[in-house]
Amino acid sequence: MDPVAQVSGRMAPLDRADVDTDQIIPKQFLKRIERTGYGPFLFFDWRAGGDFVLDKPEHAGASVLVTGANFGCGSSREHAPWALRDFGFKAIISPSFADIFLANSYKTGLLAVALPERQVRHLMDLALEDPAARVTVDLEKQEVRGEGFVYRFEIDGFARECLLGGLDEIALVERRESEISAYETRRAAWLPVVK
Amino acid sequence: MRGELAMWTLHTNERTGLWVVSKPQILASGLCVELAFAMPKTLAQKLWDAHVVRVAPGEPDLLYVDLHLVHEVTSPQAFEGLRVAGRRVRRPDLSLATMDHNVPTQGGVRAADESSRRQMELLAENCRREGIPLYQIGSRRQGIVHVIGPELGLTQPGMLIVCGDSHTSTHGAFGALAFGIGTSEVELVLATQCLPQKRLGDLAVTITGELPLGVTAKDIVLSLIGQTGTSLGQAHLVEYRGSTISGLSMEGRMTICNMSIEWGAKAGMVAPDDTTFAYLEGRPSAPKGAAWEAALDHWRSLSSDASASFDDDILVDASRLEPHVSWGTNPGQVAAVTGRVPQPRSDTDERALRYMDLLPGTAFADIAVDRVFIGSCTNARIEDLRAAASVVRGKHVHPKVRAMVVPGSTSVKRAAEDEGLDLVFKAAGFEWRNAGCSMCLGMNPDILAPGERCASTSNRNFEGRQGSGGRTHLMSPPMAAAAAVTGHLVDVRELL
Repeated sequence: MDPVAQVSGRMAPLDRADVDTDQIIPKQFLKRIERTGYGPFLFFDWRAGGDFVLDKPEHAGASVLVTGANFGCGSSREHAPWALRDFGFKAIISPSFADIFLANSYKTGLLAVALPERQVRHLMDLALEDPAARVTVDLEKQEVRGEGFVYRFEIDGFARECLLGGLDEIALVERRESEISAYETRRAAWLPVVK
Repeated sequence: MRGELAMWTLHTNERTGLWVVSKPQILASGLCVELAFAMPKTLAQKLWDAHVVRVAPGEPDLLYVDLHLVHEVTSPQAFEGLRVAGRRVRRPDLSLATMDHNVPTQGGVRAADESSRRQMELLAENCRREGIPLYQIGSRRQGIVHVIGPELGLTQPGMLIVCGDSHTSTHGAFGALAFGIGTSEVELVLATQCLPQKRLGDLAVTITGELPLGVTAKDIVLSLIGQTGTSLGQAHLVEYRGSTISGLSMEGRMTICNMSIEWGAKAGMVAPDDTTFAYLEGRPSAPKGAAWEAALDHWRSLSSDASASFDDDILVDASRLEPHVSWGTNPGQVAAVTGRVPQPRSDTDERALRYMDLLPGTAFADIAVDRVFIGSCTNARIEDLRAAASVVRGKHVHPKVRAMVVPGSTSVKRAAEDEGLDLVFKAAGFEWRNAGCSMCLGMNPDILAPGERCASTSNRNFEGRQGSGGRTHLMSPPMAAAAAVTGHLVDVRELL
């Protein structure tokens, strides 16, 4: 994974709560076996309905998605952050994220940032009123800033380190080989093995 | 100690309006350290602590995975990642793969579209290369991943179980810590058998009272989500407890734990008891002889200590529950079937009603259905099929309805056929299919046409979930069976 330190760009406002991963990337596109190429299918059904906010010319090329609470609820499909990334989003700002989606986003290098509802509302209104307005999501300083505002955000320290360093989490865990082996010798004898 | 330790408070949760009991706040940090040794633990904390490989400041705990369940849809990229990095699967003997998400439920593998078939072939190839046991389509043990783990006796109390599927919480019914993971995490577990995880909060849901006739575990969990909303459980491990839970079968407990993710919880669990042990004893992978006795001794210690504290305790009175149906496009948009489509209270509600083509104030009993789906990891075990069959017996599917039963596993299908349930369904005009996830998520040919309305025993009523433009009403197996024979949403108690 490439290191991620900050994202600067325009915002796309998706003013809906409880956006589930079935909407982000519908099931028919989970039959692919690659980690890339999902961009064209992002929000497929909503975009097919026409007049969808992400397809408005003024939001073309936006790199920051601003959206409602509980974003990414539902299925565990990592194809959801893959599709958002492939479409061109590098950061997502919402009042809250579903647990699995949040973990998947970090692994994908997508900066998912939770801000209080009031601040998200401000960003949403700003994106609607002035689609050219730019924001910076700064992971090092843990702040979202734009003209006239700086919003601090909290993020899990370990996830932050992995993103900033572009760390391979598998390699990090592999370094604990001796502890893993030691644990394996302590496991109860009755635990099942699959035959 | 400042008195807080001893003080438990009863108050209403601001977000939900539910009565909750909150744990005392421990304010002095020095005290926390001293108390840590004597602190009573929740079941979830016991399960967590038993799987810690490594703890280090500033890092998530490194947990060991006892069982990794794998299926064809969320694993191809993980295996590919391993291959590219030159890594192998560390513990193929603690991994089990099956094909469920996109298998056709009739016509065998040849009925699958090309890309589904490619995913199935790839899973077989990956399992062969890495030595992972696989129950593929056609195998007598094939089935939905969350149905076969328990029925094989692989899902046991005290275990940590993960799978690249959000309904992995199902296995928590056995007093296991079980949760869904993404594909990168699947790759990590394949390579290391471990998973770094940040500590989570503890929630309790205490359910008491006798379930009225016609009301099931599904109604408990639907009504619960209706009250909590879809995100209250975020970053929490949930324990379901109370006299109603103790009285439920393993199937019922699985239904409730299964839908934990639908109110945002990381995992849901029930402390193991005699019902759990009776279910497990004699199953193929359950311990035998002296190992069984040793396991039992350990399993009996797996419950929350009497004074263990939870962040919240949500209280549910089961004796006053009615059968529930969903009316919207998320599992929190539910109501008792005796009621009417509610007035919208938010933009989300308004959108949902538009999508569902429903007018507020419409009696649920006036909503006609086109399709009925009895299946999914939520409600396709043998007990579910028995409950549905008891409603259907001697009746016929309404002429305007197309109804199907998709058993949760090939074993469930066989057991149902041994009891003659297939004949009951077929005589009534149901289609009797092979095992798989099927119309729960519509990755196989079983999908709704745009505009079709379905009474479904599955877990998600998201827009397009069962087919683009399809409209899903979630309910219990007896309620879905009742909808099939009457042709509309109906209170199953009218048919009992």
